[in-house]
Amino acid sequence: MLDSFLSVVKPLCLTEPVIDDTASPKAIKIAAVDLVLVMDTLYRNPTTYFDMLSCITGIDNGVQVATMEVVYNLYSIPFHHHLMIKVMLPRDRPEIDSVSHIWKTANWHEREVFDMYGINFKNHPDLRRILMPADWEGYPLRKDYTHQEYYRDIKVAY
Amino acid sequence: MPTDQIQYKSHPGNLILSEPNKLKVENLRSEEMIINLGPQHPSTHGVLRLEVLMDGEIVKEVVPHIGYLHRCFEKHGENLPYNQVIPFVDRLDYVASMNSEHAYAMGVERMLGIEQQIPKRVEYIRVLVAELNRIASHFIAIGTYGMDIGAFSPFFWLMRDREHILRLLEWASGARLLYNYIWIGGLFYDLPVGFEERCREFVSYIKPKIQELNTVLIENRIFVERTANVGVLPLDLAINCGVTGPMLRGSGLRFDLRKVDGYSVYPELDFDVPIGEGKMGKTGDCWDRTYVRVEEIYESLKIIEQCLDKLSSEHKRTRDFDPQALVPKKIRPKAQDLYVRAEIPKGELGFFFRADGKSDIPFRCKCRSCSFVNLSVLQEIAKGVLIADLIAIIGSIDVVMGEVDR
Repeated sequence: MLDSFLSVVKPLCLTEPVIDDTASPKAIKIAAVDLVLVMDTLYRNPTTYFDMLSCITGIDNGVQVATMEVVYNLYSIPFHHHLMIKVMLPRDRPEIDSVSHIWKTANWHEREVFDMYGINFKNHPDLRRILMPADWEGYPLRKDYTHQEYYRDIKVAY
Repeated sequence: MPTDQIQYKSHPGNLILSEPNKLKVENLRSEEMIINLGPQHPSTHGVLRLEVLMDGEIVKEVVPHIGYLHRCFEKHGENLPYNQVIPFVDRLDYVASMNSEHAYAMGVERMLGIEQQIPKRVEYIRVLVAELNRIASHFIAIGTYGMDIGAFSPFFWLMRDREHILRLLEWASGARLLYNYIWIGGLFYDLPVGFEERCREFVSYIKPKIQELNTVLIENRIFVERTANVGVLPLDLAINCGVTGPMLRGSGLRFDLRKVDGYSVYPELDFDVPIGEGKMGKTGDCWDRTYVRVEEIYESLKIIEQCLDKLSSEHKRTRDFDPQALVPKKIRPKAQDLYVRAEIPKGELGFFFRADGKSDIPFRCKCRSCSFVNLSVLQEIAKGVLIADLIAIIGSIDVVMGEVDR
């Protein structure tokens, strides 16, 4: 099944997509520049038809590796297909295009990833913090995160 | 630390800075106003804050503000061994802990590759307690929804009946709401002796009560008038917004992960997936969602009866049965990424794990919560409704803020 997804994805990509077999569901790694085109095709193509975006996960690989990842879990209701799309981003300038114009559900998921990792989603209609207060400093789920000492004169350390 | 001292300086402006409104007063047109609902408001089912742009009594835009109950689940998940995360998983959807535990345990077992080895008795007990908890969760959903609309008695009846379930679960696990009962690879304890009989009694007790609920609340003229044709969620929008659970089924799609994925022992059990058919109004309205929940209670009762049959015949309690036999001493999955999902009363609960193969602690533990996604559809369906209907729509989504904010 993965091969047919790959054959759909491959012609669209500027950089060669890579298969990740260890992941479950099976994953395809693509470059950030190809994301919107790939996602839009996976959504529209009648053989793939991934009509549901289950989850968007942000991952910080730490300061040494200096990369961040965004993982998309796609699901197709009529075909019962799963697919994971992974995108690697540089840690010093994490930027990726938003897919919220394809799936509306991406709107809040991307806001959450932005909130927790500081990954900037370009063309997002409403990129604000969602879980943390708007004036919170830093991105809590980054591996090198240290919380601020005081938040509005309230001691943060417990 | 002295406690008689005020521990922080109070600045009234702080609130505005920490949670600023998205809508600006300057941009209001004539006759428009911004109304703030919550975070302390009985009909928001927790600490949900809504910023509502009103034109008279018509809602023009809704902006939900969440995060008031954020307890850093994912941060905890990244800093604790797999088995120690389970109590935190309980606290996600705190009215349906068993279901969340089941999903989480299933994910870790799948990573360890022991999913197929779990004894059938353990799986049947898991499904039994999860379905009991599903009924309890739907009771809360329907009861509080009735109260939002103005029906008071069904709430008390349902809370009374829910208490019977909670007592059963307390008997099994020792806790009333947050169980930590389903462990990775097994269970905390076997069912107590006599549980099956008591459970059967409960099933025969509850069936007429749900019939009563149907006549008093669901088919009640006032309830139908308040909910039918209100908050209609079309199916294409529902799928595009990632909505799952009774909300998606209320919009008319027969989609239940218990059937679709067939995890655990659900393929061996016989049950139906009820969907909304627009009996009282349009398909996908608030009434349909509530109706689906009521029908699901019947289906859950069916599952419970079958589980009890199996647990008292084929997979009977034996003296040497140890539900903790397969519980791994050290949980160290090999390096992999895994997304696991399961049907909890509100929809699809997913966990994304990244294991690095070197430690007992997940590198990343992400929770895809269904209430979070289901709530995001509110801005879409609440446009152009009356403010009273907005309350009806929030109730029908059945949000648990513990799960929205994590």
